[in-house]
Amino acid sequence: MEKLVIANKEFESRLFLGTGKFSSYDLMEKSILSSASELVTVALKRVNLTEGENDTILSHINHEHINLLPNTSGVRNAKEAVFAAELAREALETNWLKLEIHPDPKYLLPDPIETLKAAEELVKKGFIVLPYINADPVICKRLEDVGTSAVMPLGSPIGTNKGLETLAMLKIIIAQSNIPVVIDAGIGSPSHAAQAMEIGADAVLVNTAIAVSQNPVEMAEAFKLATIAGRMAYEAKLGKVNEKAEASSPLTQFLS
Amino acid sequence: MSTSFSDIAKQFNWEETTRSIYSKTAIDVEIALNSPNPTLEDFKALLSPAAENYLEEMAQKSQYLTKERFGNTIQMYIPFYLSNECQNICTYCGFSLDVKIPRKTLTDQEIIDEAKAIKNLGYDHVLLVTGEANKTVGVDYLKNAIRLIKPYFSQISIEVQPLETEEYQALVEEGLHAVLVYQETYHKENYKLHHPKGKKSNYEYRLETPERLGKAGIHKMGLGILIGLEDWRTDSFFCATHLNYLEKKFWQTRYSISFPRLRPHAGGTELKSVITDKQLVQLICAYRIFNQELELSMSTRESENFRNNIIKLGITSISADSKTEPGGYNQPKESLEQFEIDDKRSTQEFANIIKQQGYEPVFKDWDKVLQ
Repeated sequence: MEKLVIANKEFESRLFLGTGKFSSYDLMEKSILSSASELVTVALKRVNLTEGENDTILSHINHEHINLLPNTSGVRNAKEAVFAAELAREALETNWLKLEIHPDPKYLLPDPIETLKAAEELVKKGFIVLPYINADPVICKRLEDVGTSAVMPLGSPIGTNKGLETLAMLKIIIAQSNIPVVIDAGIGSPSHAAQAMEIGADAVLVNTAIAVSQNPVEMAEAFKLATIAGRMAYEAKLGKVNEKAEASSPLTQFLS
Repeated sequence: MSTSFSDIAKQFNWEETTRSIYSKTAIDVEIALNSPNPTLEDFKALLSPAAENYLEEMAQKSQYLTKERFGNTIQMYIPFYLSNECQNICTYCGFSLDVKIPRKTLTDQEIIDEAKAIKNLGYDHVLLVTGEANKTVGVDYLKNAIRLIKPYFSQISIEVQPLETEEYQALVEEGLHAVLVYQETYHKENYKLHHPKGKKSNYEYRLETPERLGKAGIHKMGLGILIGLEDWRTDSFFCATHLNYLEKKFWQTRYSISFPRLRPHAGGTELKSVITDKQLVQLICAYRIFNQELELSMSTRESENFRNNIIKLGITSISADSKTEPGGYNQPKESLEQFEIDDKRSTQEFANIIKQQGYEPVFKDWDKVLQ
């Protein structure tokens, strides 16, 4: 399988994980390990920035193969996001950032205007910016234009497990994008992750579906396998979808 | 938009609302339980006596919805009493002007010592509490207190007298995260009976406080009623109506509901509406089913057994190890307290209970840099 490359960094795994909602840090760590994920996002607000690697969450994701992706969950506008990002960079010693600006605490939907503004500024300040954004093809191109390293459009509202409800828009985003497309939010079952891979997404980010399942460790592995299966299917080129049956041995072959 | 909630509240008649809640049937409850987007009418059904037979179903649904939204986590906070001085007479409150207790307002040094004592317990989210004594514990005092404790905590909330929009703005700039302001009761006429004297006796001013908070750009506001003053079902319906109105108007704010209940006690005023444990569970679940994103908060007024079990039923934030007198963590003095707490277990003990129930107690879920 092809390797995923974001900002010149190679990833074997196309499954990214969130760290919220787990019933314990131990279970979170085991789930992350069983998912084989190499990129894990952590909300800045959950981290004790003064404690560095000794922080409870960070100490549980401190593995050689796991890269940290701090996120700005909680900020409401570009100004707050930039401020938070700079503190995260200093405290956590990474310039990778999942930019999320959702001023609406009910549905947690991203603010496209503030996200674009913040992305532009953060790229200039040297951040590797992965913005969480609506499945809007135009805003995704605009983010690419200002230099983000990927786009992370949502499949459906975060935490809903509803799958790829924005499918038609996601397909356009994938078709148009010159940077990796990571489908984030709403992926509720391994089949959704496989579907995302099959339509050509470069990666998926999953949290609730794993953290809130009865057995997060097994669910994490299920997502790992589904992501691999979906990507393999994509690379092997899926057949086209037909309305009618099509014989695998053509009837007119005798004529040639 | 020039309307305020007080205009909307006028459209509802207390007695009619009460009748409407009490006339809900089992069918109404089933419709509410099956609705993907419950309305205020559905909320009435979930509050109604008819729903008491559906408690298990309600609990199951509440647990599911809460886990889906908040995951397997419970947020931890602790009250931090700054002062028990108060110019109000409230018939139910231990800080009421006419209650003969020693009065105490913490000095700068005492505030810092108390902050250190709380920090040592492991808390990062604190709720500052005062009575209403505007001369000694006004907005300048609060501003100073926030400034003093900011180095110790990630999230600072207050439960104090209602303030003006500009005053809230000033406190937000200092680092204030959330404000809890309970209406106590939405029964306008009887509100006056429970609050006969002091600034708090102004019903309308209190009712419009959440709107002033919204305008001040507060991150989170907490609403609630004092369960026991009036019919808890009708009061809760008004509170949910208030919440609905605010959510649409101030869409960038998070909301929480708390469930303080008065307990019948010797010599105290007779309660109009006693809520049983079962009914309190019903109320908590009703809120969750009505509003999946709502934060639901529980204090140490409740018993150990109730608190152990309520964690799983919809509550998202809880306090432990609480003292209700100013200076109580550093130098406990029970003669100063607002009310006697029921669950006196230590933070560590209670955190272990939370873990045993399959939840992670979260002490830090905010950061100063986000302010």
